[in-house]
Amino acid sequence: MRYSALSIFLNGLFGNRNWAAHWRQPEPKPHYDVIIVGGGGHGLATAYYLSKTFGIRNIAVLEKGYLGSGNVGRNTTIIRSNYLLPGNNPFYEFSMKLWEGLEQDFNFNAMVSQRGVLNLFHSDAQRDAYTRRGNAMRLHGVDADLLDRAAVRSMLPFFDYDNARFPIQGGLLQRRGGTVRHDAVAWGYARGADAHGVDIIQNCEVTGIRREGGKAVGVETTRGFIGCGKLALAAAGNSSRVAQMADLKLPMESHVLQAFVSEGLKPFIDGVVTFGAGHFYVSQSDKGGLVFGGDIDGYNSYAQRGNLATVEHVTEAGKAMIPALSRIRVLRSWGGIMDMSMDGSPIIDRVHLDNLYLNSGWCYGGFKATPASGYCFAHLIARDEPHETARAFRLDRFRRGYVIDEKGQGAQPNLH
Amino acid sequence: MKGAVLPRPAADAGADAWHDYVYLRDNPRGAYEEYWHHTSGCRRWLVVSRDTATHEVYACQDAADAKAVRA
Ligand SMILES: Cc1cc2nc3c(=O)[nH]c(=O)nc-3n(C[C@H](O)[C@H](O)[C@H](O)COP(=O)(O)OP(=O)(O)OC[C@H]3O[C@@H](n4cnc5c(N)ncnc54)[C@H](O)[C@@H]3O)c2cc1C
Ligand SMILES: [Zn+2]
Repeated sequence: MRYSALSIFLNGLFGNRNWAAHWRQPEPKPHYDVIIVGGGGHGLATAYYLSKTFGIRNIAVLEKGYLGSGNVGRNTTIIRSNYLLPGNNPFYEFSMKLWEGLEQDFNFNAMVSQRGVLNLFHSDAQRDAYTRRGNAMRLHGVDADLLDRAAVRSMLPFFDYDNARFPIQGGLLQRRGGTVRHDAVAWGYARGADAHGVDIIQNCEVTGIRREGGKAVGVETTRGFIGCGKLALAAAGNSSRVAQMADLKLPMESHVLQAFVSEGLKPFIDGVVTFGAGHFYVSQSDKGGLVFGGDIDGYNSYAQRGNLATVEHVTEAGKAMIPALSRIRVLRSWGGIMDMSMDGSPIIDRVHLDNLYLNSGWCYGGFKATPASGYCFAHLIARDEPHETARAFRLDRFRRGYVIDEKGQGAQPNLH
Repeated sequence: MKGAVLPRPAADAGADAWHDYVYLRDNPRGAYEEYWHHTSGCRRWLVVSRDTATHEVYACQDAADAKAVRA
């Protein structure tokens, strides 16, 4: 069923009893042309574009929990394309363009809100770095504005501009950045993929990869063996574990990232703002809660929950930026498992088996990448050719010395 | 936190061994050994044995004493 103002009106007249389910709950078939492991944002987007744009119909997405139980439903919903490096920037800008047309494309309200992303700077050196990044963005055709202190102050008067250690000197603003309702992204892609014939199979954990003669012929799952023509891995924080089923060791560690939401407040912060002197980012949800986060905890983890030291660290950084935060009560916090790669950039590549494809290494920035990641991964799976914006995301770049290290931290995943 | 406790290859071990050491990780869910630096205390490097699924710490020893750094 297509959603429209008319369908909402008509269903309202009949007590909203006639809405159909967004997607089917099919039993697994014995064989699919393509199996995608992981029903997060990237797996579902891949299935959607494979079926809709690249014309492959016999596809299954296997998800060990329920849809949206992974990082796609845990992130702080920020989208932006304010990257510096040539390997990254065109890809994230492609993603931003897909976000801009997504709701019309999949006929679902994902609450894409281009409310602006502002990165604050606090020193001359940081201003120089942000100017350079802003210029790199503009050279790639991405919008960027450098704001001085007065301009930031007129937007956000209640920040601590004269903090003794971290005075706010200005900010780099991407007006087209913003937030998107993350669950709706999973649901919209799932509904769209299902409409194009994709079987979305929940509560189906992949436990092994069966190989014959240098190819993956199928997967062992908690619901039995399922055969496949091509196998695509999009398991985010569990990538290492799934890849290991095919004896592939990845340049990756799994780390926990926490997020927080406050009690509901009156309109307070219009866009997304990040603190440049520590790691803290905040936006206000449509319900009024402040949604915020900071650094990963820093130690390897599969636990989906973090520790108190990081809670303190994040809230201290927040309070240094916005003193009024000290009066706000935090309602909830949670954690998700990040696939932290060795250079902080993702991998979209065909790997050591002929028909095995890997999508991974999204660190804590993979939500904004969801549309482009799905599109480019689908392109690679369907055509065995990388999409032009994803050519740099090769697995062998570490061996060849072509790392894409946006932060310049080296092979230390907990610092990216 | 510095990361996994791995034996360092010899300087002339070759590109494969070094690629493996610098970039590739087992990244297990469960028992794990890693280096921690006690920065706001004695500033010693430690080998901490921990479970990455439960965060339980089993053991902790000074890195200088940890002869049995896992191979
Ligand atoms: C707290 C937090 C805040 C974040 N904030 C942002 C942000 O503001 N902006 C941004 O761009 N990014 C953000 N991110 C990162 C972003 O959420 C992730 O990079 C992205 O969601 C990862 O891709 P995904 O949606 O496919 O992952 P997931 O939703 O985690 O999907 C992977 C799926 O694979 C499934 N799976 C794993 N193993 C198996 C198996 N063996 N068999 C079957 N299924 C399996 C999992 O159950 C999971 O559902 C944040 C992440 C967290 C945790
Ligand atoms: Zn000590």
